[in-house]
Amino acid sequence: METNFTHHQSAHCENGVASNLLKHNGLNISEPMVFGIGSGLFFVYIPFLKVNYAPAISYRPMPGLIFNKLAKRLGLKIKRQKFSSETNAIKALDENLKNNIPSGLQVGVYNLTYFPDEYRFHFNAHNLVVYGKTETDYLISDPVMENVTTLTHAELNKVRFAKGAFAPRGQMYYPIQIPVNIDLKGAIIKGIKNTCRDMLAPMPIIGVRGIRYVAKLIKKWPVKEGIKKANHYLAQIVRMQEEIGTGGGGFRFIYAAFLQEASVILDNKELQVLSLEMTAIGDMWRDFAVEASRVYKNRSTKVDVYNTLSDELLAIADKEEVFFKKLRLAIK
Amino acid sequence: MKTEEVPQDKGNLSNKNMKELVYATDEKGNYTTALSTGWEPKTIALSNSIEEISERIAIAKLQVENNEVSPICYYMELCRMDIGVLSSYVGMWQWRVKRHFKPKVFAGLSESVLKKYAETFNITIAELKQIKTS
Repeated sequence: METNFTHHQSAHCENGVASNLLKHNGLNISEPMVFGIGSGLFFVYIPFLKVNYAPAISYRPMPGLIFNKLAKRLGLKIKRQKFSSETNAIKALDENLKNNIPSGLQVGVYNLTYFPDEYRFHFNAHNLVVYGKTETDYLISDPVMENVTTLTHAELNKVRFAKGAFAPRGQMYYPIQIPVNIDLKGAIIKGIKNTCRDMLAPMPIIGVRGIRYVAKLIKKWPVKEGIKKANHYLAQIVRMQEEIGTGGGGFRFIYAAFLQEASVILDNKELQVLSLEMTAIGDMWRDFAVEASRVYKNRSTKVDVYNTLSDELLAIADKEEVFFKKLRLAIK
Repeated sequence: MKTEEVPQDKGNLSNKNMKELVYATDEKGNYTTALSTGWEPKTIALSNSIEEISERIAIAKLQVENNEVSPICYYMELCRMDIGVLSSYVGMWQWRVKRHFKPKVFAGLSESVLKKYAETFNITIAELKQIKTS
């Protein structure tokens, strides 16, 4: 069985699945719109949660939150199910496919056989859509892939029941109701307000203050943890920022694209100006990644380079603080 | 980032003929999407992590050969797991998994416990007991 699902590649998995599922259900909404309304831009530093033996830094909110916020703000109804039994999880998915409902799944990355080996880590917050089934395979639309792909029945089962942090427990979701008239403008404003609140939160490890906190830690790492660990931590920051779908620089560009779209919908010229500014901030994040990668590639032992990197990150934090204050004012 | 600045470096993805989608601005400053084959800083960050893991696997292997830890520790590293991930896969407390790292404790494990580990690592019980030392 196969549903008439159209695959569109996206930059980030959760946005992509949401956008693709909604498009399939007749609501034409772009990836940046999903990201902006769902308040996908975020920053949090969680020192006690270790990912690959380095402290976790996330540039995105909890898995599932973007789509949930988007749904709430647009008045959509999403059905979400988790399963304790694997048999029931398979049954529910097959039932959906029989009824022509492509379904979003939260899965673990480690057993996704179509990914290059280097990408396979125990990271459980990946999202994809299953849109059909054959005797041996499930038909998969993974939004970060250019084309659709497949997984065998056993493989899909494995990724649905991956274990560890954010274990998906067979999680499946799909929209069940989309209102005819949606309040896009209201939703955009709510999404922006939420992002400004998150990024300017008066908490030391969240948002702009979180970025600043990490920047200050970078200065201390080579002394406190030794060069080897400091380099490993630095690589982790870049990997989280650029590689494993939690996005730092790339997310800034998606957000800038969102502001550009929002500027037209809200007829607000200021947002267009801010979109350009966000693009510049995204470029700064990329410069930071370039510099950081140089440091740990050359295994530079000078403490000085860490100070330079730290200052670069502090400059980004300053820019973002000013930016989100302006953004908050722009939609008042 | 402008579309012409979208990096087309050789990356881990290009080896598999895969490209990723990025958002960038066109000549008029409007946002559009473009495909990228990879970006060097990302490739470096990734290979750094892979190297880190390979080092840990090598250390674990040596420790197993010197009878300092049980093969469970080696296979855990080989499967890119940490104790938290492994303990949730086998459904045992972390302190129990850590205890099984001791060669003496490992030697006395029951078949059913060994089976849990073997299934998690996708190997046979025989392979679990004896790691390849080639």
